[in-house]
Amino acid sequence: MTEAVTAAPSRTAAAVRLRGVSKAFGSGKTRLLALDQVSLDVAPGEFVCLLGASGCGKSTLLNLVAGLDKVSAGTIDTEDARVALMFQEPALFPWLTVTANIELALKMRGVPRAGRRPRAAELLDSVHLGGFARKRPHQLSGGMRQRVALARALALTEDDTDGGQGTVLLMDEPFGALDAMTRDLLHDEIERIWRQRALSVLFVTHNVREAVRLGDRVVLLSSRPGRVVEEFPVPMDRPRRIDSTEVASLAAAITDRLREEVGRHGA
Amino acid sequence: MAHDTTSRNDAPPPDTAPGTAADTAAGEAPAADRLNRELAGLDALELGGGTGRRLAQRTWSAAWPMLAAVVIALLAWQAVVWSGWKEPWVLPGPRDTFPVLWDQVTSSRFWKAVALTMRRAIIGFALSIAVGVVIGGLVSQFRVLRRAFGSLITGLQTMPSIAWFPLAILLFKLSESAILFVVVLGAAPSIANGLIAGVDYTPPILLRAGKVMGLRGLLLYRHLVLPASLPSFIAGLKQGWAFAWRSLMAGELLVIIGSTTSLGVLLSQAREFNNTADMISYMIVILVIGIVIDQLFGVLDRAVRRRWGLED
Repeated sequence: MTEAVTAAPSRTAAAVRLRGVSKAFGSGKTRLLALDQVSLDVAPGEFVCLLGASGCGKSTLLNLVAGLDKVSAGTIDTEDARVALMFQEPALFPWLTVTANIELALKMRGVPRAGRRPRAAELLDSVHLGGFARKRPHQLSGGMRQRVALARALALTEDDTDGGQGTVLLMDEPFGALDAMTRDLLHDEIERIWRQRALSVLFVTHNVREAVRLGDRVVLLSSRPGRVVEEFPVPMDRPRRIDSTEVASLAAAITDRLREEVGRHGA
Repeated sequence: MAHDTTSRNDAPPPDTAPGTAADTAAGEAPAADRLNRELAGLDALELGGGTGRRLAQRTWSAAWPMLAAVVIALLAWQAVVWSGWKEPWVLPGPRDTFPVLWDQVTSSRFWKAVALTMRRAIIGFALSIAVGVVIGGLVSQFRVLRRAFGSLITGLQTMPSIAWFPLAILLFKLSESAILFVVVLGAAPSIANGLIAGVDYTPPILLRAGKVMGLRGLLLYRHLVLPASLPSFIAGLKQGWAFAWRSLMAGELLVIIGSTTSLGVLLSQAREFNNTADMISYMIVILVIGIVIDQLFGVLDRAVRRRWGLED
């Protein structure tokens, strides 16, 4: 276990622990190595941003952690945490109302029928959509739909024992399709919910400033195959502003490193 | 819609403020309030106002082209009659036909015939749905079945149903079963295909979301695949109805059972008596029934599309 060196020694517990994770698609000549020996920890309550150019296997990595796909090598340990995944698209079921979408997630978590409606109402309130329970997804704007998707993801981390620990939220460029104004507001929103619920977040993005705005730590991945290139701690107080000079200067440094990495592929 | 969203948007801040104040540090409460307000404001702006037209207006804009089409068709018919191409007793005009149609629709014999025909249509269509759903369900589920029967089902759709009647009559004699057999063969493939297409085109992103939720097996079908395939299934039903109705009319003209009276029987009797006005009346009735039921499926289809936001 030489990879253990990369983990911070003080953290014995990790909400998500990846050790030497590799993932290949296809076989023979068409074999494509998407992830190569990725080792990464997300501490309980930590907000980690995964950053990389196209083809770095960010989404593949989240799929693996979410259990939608199997690793080719290595191990992923989520310590019985409840894992939820959110995509760039809201992916709400159009035939269900907003509340029914969330109630279905609660049902799948084993919440008894009587408890689902009030629980869904609480979750919608927490994303400031309490008044929209009876609407259908298409009646909402893109940002609102994404908040419903967030509420649904939170529903999947619900637990009757009410333990805030051990809930992992995986986010795959969740704000990538939104306009800047909405995105800024949702940054505040996700930060608030993350603190309130003590979530462990693994947040994938290709937007460097967004990563610095949100993360406790930014992990830079290389492309084809995806490897951990470097980790950047973000020692800034919250709340941060995406347009502050501190965020901008760290983002610039990370961008330089990212470009260097991308440049290797052009040679 | 615009009204109730704006009034609701005024509500959230006081509702949610206690919750957020309790779990954030005291100094952050104003910031949380501001976030609430900003989000509510953005929501209100993005939803904007709907441009819902009134029902009367919508009905009229849908109805007048149809009415115009009917008028044009009647004029064309009348023009042919006026041209003197055929003697008026061979091809009567609308003015001679509509009184006959009125006499028909006020007679009990006519309604008995319609009742029998509709009973056959409903039984045949219901059976087609049952067969189509079972076949469609199986074929969409198993790849081997898809390879084996997928193109066969599509092929069956192109087969003129009247070509089945010689076999049907041999198998079932001149009986209700012979008619039913051909109706089901005509309609079931369309219904099966509609279901298969619906299952095939379940958006992959929804399937991913379903898997994240832990939907698997029967639950996946019940909560995701079946609802997702609904629009395509309704389109299949609509097409299936058209095939069922055609097959049924062919069947009623070819398979005449004893002393029963159906629309097909009335139509062939009118031809035997060279009674063109009666014949055209029945044809109009057959056309109207077909259109009305097709429109019902259209209404169903639009209702689903509106609910899902696929329209506009």
